[in-house]
Amino acid sequence: MEMLAQQIANGLILGSVYALIALGYTMVYGILGLINFAHGEITMMGAMIAVAALNIFLHVLHLPPLLALSAAICIAIPCCMLLGVTIERIAYRPLRHAPKLASLITAIGVSIVLQNVAMMVWGRGYQRFPDIIPAENVSAFGATLTPVKIAIVLLSACTLLGLWLLVNRTRLGRAMRATAQNPEAAQLMGVAIDKVIAATFAIGSALGALAGIMVAANYGQADPYMGFLLGLKAFSAAVLGGIGNLAGAVIGGLLLGLIESLGAGYLGTATHGVFGSNYQDIFAFMVLVAVLVLRPSGLLGEHTAERA
Amino acid sequence: MSALKNIPSRVLFGYATAIVAAAILPLLTGAAFGNSWVRVLDFTLLYAMLALGLNIVVGYAGLLDLGYIAFYAIGAYVYAWLASPHFGLHLSPFIILPTGALVAGLFGVILGAPTLRLRGDYLAIVTLGFGEIVRLFLNNLDRPVNITNGPQGINLIDPLISITPFSFYGLRVTSVYCYYYLFLVLCAAVVFCCIRLQDSRIGRAWMAIREDEMAAKACGINTRNIKLLAFAMGASFGGVSGGLFAGFQGFVSPESFVLLESVMVLCMVVLGGMGNIAGVLLGAALLTITPEYLRAIATPVQMKVFGRALVDPENLRMLLFGIALIATMLFRPQGLWPSRQQLPATKK
Repeated sequence: MEMLAQQIANGLILGSVYALIALGYTMVYGILGLINFAHGEITMMGAMIAVAALNIFLHVLHLPPLLALSAAICIAIPCCMLLGVTIERIAYRPLRHAPKLASLITAIGVSIVLQNVAMMVWGRGYQRFPDIIPAENVSAFGATLTPVKIAIVLLSACTLLGLWLLVNRTRLGRAMRATAQNPEAAQLMGVAIDKVIAATFAIGSALGALAGIMVAANYGQADPYMGFLLGLKAFSAAVLGGIGNLAGAVIGGLLLGLIESLGAGYLGTATHGVFGSNYQDIFAFMVLVAVLVLRPSGLLGEHTAERA
Repeated sequence: MSALKNIPSRVLFGYATAIVAAAILPLLTGAAFGNSWVRVLDFTLLYAMLALGLNIVVGYAGLLDLGYIAFYAIGAYVYAWLASPHFGLHLSPFIILPTGALVAGLFGVILGAPTLRLRGDYLAIVTLGFGEIVRLFLNNLDRPVNITNGPQGINLIDPLISITPFSFYGLRVTSVYCYYYLFLVLCAAVVFCCIRLQDSRIGRAWMAIREDEMAAKACGINTRNIKLLAFAMGASFGGVSGGLFAGFQGFVSPESFVLLESVMVLCMVVLGGMGNIAGVLLGAALLTITPEYLRAIATPVQMKVFGRALVDPENLRMLLFGIALIATMLFRPQGLWPSRQQLPATKK
């Protein structure tokens, strides 16, 4: 019972990170119909920049830990927003009317570039996330949680609420929804779709960067390879929920987190130790393949017969 | 021989020049730069075969496959299982390579069957997932029964060819030269198959599906079988290349079959020119030789300019590779040597 509670808690924490990243995929897909392959690398850049900044603030400027952390977050997020907008401008905008394959390949190119730039700047190894958040454990409902994990869940919840308000209650949100529905019609109604698309990339990148920082804080490290798997899993989450659908991305993220955590936790017991938790990474791909084959529109997506 | 009469003499002359050039290339390379560059040429031919296989799936049938390296991995592991001390089997390559092709082809159908309804980027993602699943299984299937030997991989694989090195007019001839000629013959065979396929009823059906699946169906093409055939055919080419890789390298591990390799092969096809055999060969040559060249010169050049090595050559090569990908798509989306027919990349 205790293990179940612990696995559910872990799954929800993992899931809220996936949800934040999945939103970035789903927002871009909803508007451009493009899989932004480089999104996982933006997440990685967010984590790397934040950890590097944090180390400078702590060890060079000797700021108090919480101030240093907030300052690092405040530096990493705008950097990633700028990065996202730049990528859109250089690699995606010129190809907006080209076939899908072209932008898919530039996206792969961008992610290779970002990963290697990170390796050039920070080296191939990982950067340690300084221990600034106290590590004393808190027990709740039979699960043991660290303050970092609680902070992750709370911060994700606040961010999701903020995003919901942005999309549903502001002019920009309305413009985004209009562009997602029909770009030409939105343009005729006076929506500057280029600006809306840039804003979408900026918001998605900010969410991704935040998620990257959370992952770095949770595992205590950030490395140039972290973006790939994280991005792929978050993409699976977005597909699971129904790509293009914001609520779907959140539900898909949480669900995937739970599937992974419970699956990895119980696979060993269920198969008498034949398969262990080293198969954790397979669940995301299995889910992805299963969803795309059985219900390509995802849990909440509108039914589309075929997407070319 | 009457078939030869139908080919214009200019084309025949071109083929003859290409064959002669390909035959003397390793001798010149070996004499000028040393045997390690002949090894690079061997890899070029291996990748060319792999890229030609992927070209069937992506270039002809228009099905974007990002997990293609899985078939290469399957071929390589089949070879490793049947010709190494791991299971104690030492079968002849004449049995193993067809087996590898068959097994890889079967996996091609297994991947193709559930994904028939998907197209474009969705298909790309599912195939990517498939490639990763295969790699993760290779990485983890050392327990409970040791099938793949996990991350360490399988070594001591029987070589395809082993000769005692000898001297030939001052050139030290080792088995890399024999591999080169073996791969050259096989590559020529693959090219021949591709040309014949391209001009066949099946090839036309693939291209019809690529241009418009609905219209192809309306014209009486059994799109399901033809698409499965494309997957199986591409996969079996990949399987053969994988087997050759295992026999050549003497060692296989999951590390050789990461997503980046799939991307690399896809880029050979796209950069060279999708659907055009000569373009694909050009792409394979460019993307195999240029990185090796960069790896060789990056450190000395940096030493000269900055006095120390600032950037790891491996990172530099990947960085340039990424930039090349972006630039190609922005400025020449049809590839360096495009096919004369209309391509999916040039049409909306």
